[in-house]
Amino acid sequence: MNQSALNPGLRDIVRRIALGWTPAHTTIAIVVIAAAIGFLPFVKMGLVVNGVFLGAIIALGAVGLTLIYGILNFANVAHGDYMTMGAYATLFVVGSLLPRLGIESSGLGPFSFGYSLLIALPIGVAAIVILAIALEVAVYRRLRNRGVNAVVLAMASLGVAIALRGLVQMIWGGATYQYPRESRQVFQLPMDVRVPPDAIFIMVVTVVLVAGVYLVLNRTRMGKAMRATADNPDLALVSGIDTRRVVWWTWAMGAALAATAGILLAVFQAQLQPIMGWRFLIPLFAAVILGGIGNPYGALVAAFLIGVTSEVSTQWINPSYKPAVAFAMMIGMLLVRPRGIFGGGRN
Amino acid sequence: MDVIGIFNYGVGFVIMAGIYAIFALGLNIHWGFTGLFNIGIAGFFALGAYTAALLTTQPPDPAQFEDFRFGGNWSEIGYLDLGFDLWFFLGIAAAAVVCGVIALVIGYVTLRLRDDYLAIATLGIAETVRLFFLNEKWVANGSKGLYRIPEFLGHVVSPENYDYLYLAVVLAALGVVFLAAQRAVQSPWGRVLRGIREDETAAAASGKDVFRFKLQAFILGAVIMGIGGALFAHHIRFLSPLTFDPLLATFVIWAMLMVGGSGNNRGAVLGAFVVWGIWTGTQFLPGFFADPNLRFFMIGVLIVAAILLRPGGILGETRRIARGADRE
Repeated sequence: MNQSALNPGLRDIVRRIALGWTPAHTTIAIVVIAAAIGFLPFVKMGLVVNGVFLGAIIALGAVGLTLIYGILNFANVAHGDYMTMGAYATLFVVGSLLPRLGIESSGLGPFSFGYSLLIALPIGVAAIVILAIALEVAVYRRLRNRGVNAVVLAMASLGVAIALRGLVQMIWGGATYQYPRESRQVFQLPMDVRVPPDAIFIMVVTVVLVAGVYLVLNRTRMGKAMRATADNPDLALVSGIDTRRVVWWTWAMGAALAATAGILLAVFQAQLQPIMGWRFLIPLFAAVILGGIGNPYGALVAAFLIGVTSEVSTQWINPSYKPAVAFAMMIGMLLVRPRGIFGGGRN
Repeated sequence: MDVIGIFNYGVGFVIMAGIYAIFALGLNIHWGFTGLFNIGIAGFFALGAYTAALLTTQPPDPAQFEDFRFGGNWSEIGYLDLGFDLWFFLGIAAAAVVCGVIALVIGYVTLRLRDDYLAIATLGIAETVRLFFLNEKWVANGSKGLYRIPEFLGHVVSPENYDYLYLAVVLAALGVVFLAAQRAVQSPWGRVLRGIREDETAAAASGKDVFRFKLQAFILGAVIMGIGGALFAHHIRFLSPLTFDPLLATFVIWAMLMVGGSGNNRGAVLGAFVVWGIWTGTQFLPGFFADPNLRFFMIGVLIVAAILLRPGGILGETRRIARGADRE
């Protein structure tokens, strides 16, 4: 079978939406779309564009989180802190390691960061991948072998999250940091849209990585094995799939995406704080649930939806309520369609 | 430090540990007995504390706090004199009710779904509560915080002896909550909760309405947390949204329960005293070991280690099965 809960084909998604579709749904859909279009003239385009960039970062985190959720079957509460660790590991490479090797940060086109960040990014990501696999071996595998409940795994990930943040604070303290800034250029577009060049970098990285995830899931044997494991772990095991390797690959992909998301978030916000990842958990989980647990494409769409909605909401409500907006969207979704926009997620 | 100084320190320590023990008991109802994963204790903590504080505190003289816009209807209640500090009890009751209602709403939405949805929802509610008190300055003075929360029976004893009185109050409250929690979990109701925790499907198959029981347990735990929050407000007597950061208002309580013994009320209380002892004790260590961030790190390690090495904690859960039923 080509299609699974982890990877519903487009036709499958359409079929699922059609299932149980009533005139009431049509009415709601028309009202929502009409409201969105009617709203458009009142919305500042700049906020929409900003929301798309925020959505790209949420998407990177949420796609990894939903893969872990779908394949390993638990809510990885430490995902936000993998992001934080990724951002800080990169800070270490950019700020301490590279200068010591004689590589000073110097400007890179219009971007605020220098080209040293491009060298540091893969190193930081690799460090977090190693960290995630080490934690799998030290903690999660043992618990899984003991046959514990999924909630106990989530509980363990809470402990991991606390320990990771404590580690970040032990090394770097609670202060706010920045990657070295080389440029402060902003592109001025029509309709009063201002785009920092970094945002384009963020979009490019997101598109490349999401395409990579798609290719791995659909074009490689490992991707096939991952989808099979997500569908039925026991069946996957008896059909000769090396589920241990599947688990490792899942962690590697999830952690790499999380670390990248953390680095991009630090670039986007132009600051690093130890709590940045923990605070980001709410939009991440909101995207995972909106998209249907275990469905990376659902998470992708939901991430942009949440990014744009919470950014546009700042036009009317206090910007610091952004996480609450994401949370409210999630609760609304749980009430209306607990399996996510495209259905098929587990509940 | 002289003997009296150490003694007074001990009194302050027991008050805080006692308040934390109440939270650990509430969390034990959630996690220890029912398996509900609440990672937003800070939300209930803050709601309980702010509710009690807003009900009992008189609005300050505007001249005193320039941008203290705190006012409105809530605070006017503070002008009424109910005598014998009845507002204290009313504040605690209101804190319990507010937390219970929020738990009802959150639980109603998420408890029908997968287990971990509740975790995400509690995380969201904790953040929303924090943002609310941070931004809505008219409610509780935003990040500048709420001052002058009154002491219970503050006029009866002199200020320097007040801690002794409050120690008695906290221990009495802890005793009541402990007995109530014990009673609840030893009743047939508590047996169903453990059944749900062990095997939800089996519990449902034996005709138990799993959703109802989970919802009741979630509300009961939240009510206990509300009481704890109210007691905290009258002890610290200053509240700001920064008081309720996830570390001291959520993570530490988890460590207490996991170390003391999840599923055992005595263990929860013991864990609160042990972990709070380690937490406050290590600040007297020299140099590197006194680093608060090291303690932060250790709290996480402690939780993971407890799950891996000693899932039952120090005391562990007493086995409650019919004699002979464990024979294969």
